[in-house]
Amino acid sequence: MKIARRSFLSFLIGGAAGTALTPLPWKLTDDLSIWSQNWPWTPVPPKGAANQVNSVCSLCPGGCGITVRKIDERAVKIEGMDGYPGNDGSLCTLCLAGLQLLYGPSRVQAPMKRVGKRGEGRWQKISWEQALEEVTAKLSDLRAADAPETLVALLGSDRGTVPQLFNRFLTAYGSPNFFRTPSIQDTYELALFLMHGTRSMASFDIENSDFVLSFGSGMIDGWGSSVRMFKAKSKLRDANATVCQIETRLSNTAAKSDKWVSINPGTEAALALGLAHVIIKEARYNQDFITNYTNGFNKFQQLVLEQYSPSNVTMVTGIDPETITSLARSFASARHPLAICGRGQGATPGSLNEFIAVHALNALVGNINQKGGIWAMPEPDYIEWPDVPMDAVAANGMQKGRMDGAGSQNFPHSRYLLNRLPDMIHSGEATIGALMVIGSNPVHTLPDTPKVQTALDKIPYIVSLSSFMDETTQMADIILPNHTNFERYQDVPAPEGLPQPIIGLSQPIVEPQFNTRHAGDIIIQLAQSLGGNVAEALAWGDYETCLQETLGDKWDMLSEQGFWVDESFNIGAWGEAFETDSGKFEFTNAAINRLPLFNPINLDGSSSEYPLVLLPYDSMRISAGHIGNPAFLMKTIEDTVLKGNSGFVEINPQTAASLGLAQGAKAIISTPTGSAEVRVHHFDGIMPGVIAMPRGLGRTAFDKYVAHKGINVNGLIGAVEDPASGLDAAWGTRASLTKA
Amino acid sequence: MSTSDDQSKESQEVAATEKTDLEPIEPGQSSVGHVVLFFIVGFVASLVLGWVIFPKLLYSTKPQPFNYSHAIHNELVDEGCESCHYFREDGSFSGIPSLESCVECHEEMQGDSEDEAIFMEEYVAKDREIPWHVYSRQPDCVFFSHAAHVKMGKMDCVTCHGHIGESDQLPTYKENRISTYSIDIWGRNISGIKRNSWDRMKMNDCANCHRENGVNQRSVQTRKGGCFVCHN
Repeated sequence: MKIARRSFLSFLIGGAAGTALTPLPWKLTDDLSIWSQNWPWTPVPPKGAANQVNSVCSLCPGGCGITVRKIDERAVKIEGMDGYPGNDGSLCTLCLAGLQLLYGPSRVQAPMKRVGKRGEGRWQKISWEQALEEVTAKLSDLRAADAPETLVALLGSDRGTVPQLFNRFLTAYGSPNFFRTPSIQDTYELALFLMHGTRSMASFDIENSDFVLSFGSGMIDGWGSSVRMFKAKSKLRDANATVCQIETRLSNTAAKSDKWVSINPGTEAALALGLAHVIIKEARYNQDFITNYTNGFNKFQQLVLEQYSPSNVTMVTGIDPETITSLARSFASARHPLAICGRGQGATPGSLNEFIAVHALNALVGNINQKGGIWAMPEPDYIEWPDVPMDAVAANGMQKGRMDGAGSQNFPHSRYLLNRLPDMIHSGEATIGALMVIGSNPVHTLPDTPKVQTALDKIPYIVSLSSFMDETTQMADIILPNHTNFERYQDVPAPEGLPQPIIGLSQPIVEPQFNTRHAGDIIIQLAQSLGGNVAEALAWGDYETCLQETLGDKWDMLSEQGFWVDESFNIGAWGEAFETDSGKFEFTNAAINRLPLFNPINLDGSSSEYPLVLLPYDSMRISAGHIGNPAFLMKTIEDTVLKGNSGFVEINPQTAASLGLAQGAKAIISTPTGSAEVRVHHFDGIMPGVIAMPRGLGRTAFDKYVAHKGINVNGLIGAVEDPASGLDAAWGTRASLTKA
Repeated sequence: MSTSDDQSKESQEVAATEKTDLEPIEPGQSSVGHVVLFFIVGFVASLVLGWVIFPKLLYSTKPQPFNYSHAIHNELVDEGCESCHYFREDGSFSGIPSLESCVECHEEMQGDSEDEAIFMEEYVAKDREIPWHVYSRQPDCVFFSHAAHVKMGKMDCVTCHGHIGESDQLPTYKENRISTYSIDIWGRNISGIKRNSWDRMKMNDCANCHRENGVNQRSVQTRKGGCFVCHN
């Protein structure tokens, strides 16, 4: 039978009419709409019971209390712990995005052994037994060769039980070469030691100050314990206190301060002495403190009156004499004035002279250990372990002294001079047999990173205990991955600069996600397998036992509340605060006299070849420490700082015009250390002739979200050794910028 | 040589002649009959497709991991449904019990049924959560608070979930191939007609009940009204 066209149409119409009387069209529409709202590839978080765990974050040195919200065993949100000293309920962006580090792709998931060339990134998973066996064999060999002092351990900090276990291990093994990551903490400690005679931590009662004079310290750019400083800054504003920011560049802190004084880069010490000049000349200093509790004032007075008159200081700093005088007067007439220093986030130790000059200002106004002032906090002393049992090899190794020259005749009071090592390795002055790194990432964070990398290349054996595949871990021969701070117990002593002796407890929020071990357990296990006096020195069954024993009766409060505060603590009164020979605060003494005078730190390179000055700056949106940005944080970076993979350099429009560089133009930046392609961003907040780049970009490790984005400014800036301390005092470098 | 137009004209003429020869009926009558016939065929076919074939194609039958008797459990517990489907301390609803809850009683094998054996061997022994197919699972964009309905609204479980609590056999789980949700959301009746309050769990069912009971048209949790009572 043939179907006519008409019949066929009729069939279709009948079908349509019939279909309209079935649920098919309506049901299909409904199902498709639900399907389109629930694409099967859209991740939907599983439901479960909500619960919270308190802990302390140690992603950065800020040491903030955190409360983590969990659904069943999955951590879903990190929030600030209410009532925790310092951050009290608030957090920084790094920690807020911290779960991306815990669950992210940059974790080292098991012990690994390098199989390719160093830095090639070819690894083989091995068992913990094999990993520990191999490291033990290497360490035994070094010791058998009577070279225990060539074992170097580099950690992020030297406080708390984990760093101290490593230090103890090193001592029993026979090596004095324990290092911590450099920061302004080094310089502040040294300044306090020379002027107070005590080994103490500089802490700031900033919330109670009414005039904060900041020499480049990025109060809201991550200086000190960053969250606490944000809150303090708001508190100061509410209390009508004054914040005066001395800084070459208009940083966020400068923009949010009451007064911004733009200063020629690197001349802060001269300004501090100029202010001292005015304060002394006009007799605006604290008579009681100066007369009764200080020593060497006359000599200091003579120096500043002779050499640092406002007109002299103007020539160096570029700040006019009236501003200097009025600033000195407002500072000295405030009730609780406070002078702070350490540029940006304080990652570079800086010049000792500068810190001494700034601290002298605090002494002049008598606000040491006073409300709203700077406090010399005693270092935590809760770790009371028996003396380290030594054998002949250990004693012999320890006698050889530190390889970086800290504590030597040149730098008798410095403790750790990591910045000196790369040069010393290259010149053969320092020989490292094996390096253990944990919580530190020198290949990214130290100045002149290419030199650091080639120096590391000369070290025959590198053991990394990092939780993440960072730049230094990429150079390792073997990786013994530590739990992240979200998976482990650890004591976290007082956050940087907090005028309150507290201990925080980092607690496991989730079970270890991968085949990792606690660094404390790793070092105990290594000690056990080495045997002898090393095993004796670290005789704890495991790290948790060691921690609980060490904390003793504080443990209950710590595990319940998350932190322990020494309620009985009182900062020493002036009469008993100083342990110098004179028992007083010393403006000058034999040790300080030996230091070179307040000369500005000179930068590498000639001004004809490199007409510009490059400054690094810090941003809360870029993690510049040993840990790189989590992916969320990358998304917060402005596209005038990073666009695609291109990093920007800030330049004054006037300088840019003279170089013929339009906004966004590509340029080549060259410094005595290296060169790189950048794009330029015109910025009125930077003085002509000066350019600036952010710290923390240009990573080469971690994951695809952070690697190879922007330029690592540390690769462009070389270290400049402070002749007074041996610490790195570089605040920038000379540079040139040419059209690409 | 003729053109192609000429050829087609010729063939049409031939065709017309042949047709007239074979079927000497009035052309008009035949065409109406066919049209009606085809309309009816199309109509009936689509009804069969829409009411019979489509529902069969739309849903796939998925077996539950093993059978579970609510009836047996209900006899043994003190607090009815809430013994296992309880509210947590923070007021959130626990939903389907986790393996941990089951093991509180089933640390040892209870009885000797085949289902119990599967449960013990496959899940308790291996510490694996039971991958139940959930009849009441709603899309993730739907916010539903059991506390608001059961604790504050004093509704009983049966209103929405029916008499599953008294059943010995789990109903056959049929999954919508397109939306991936259970057939119980739209209702087992493809026409969407419901006889009991628990026969359907579509948006209109929520909305009707809210309207009928004069429920405060704002979410207790979010204080938002309109769509945001349930969608967040």
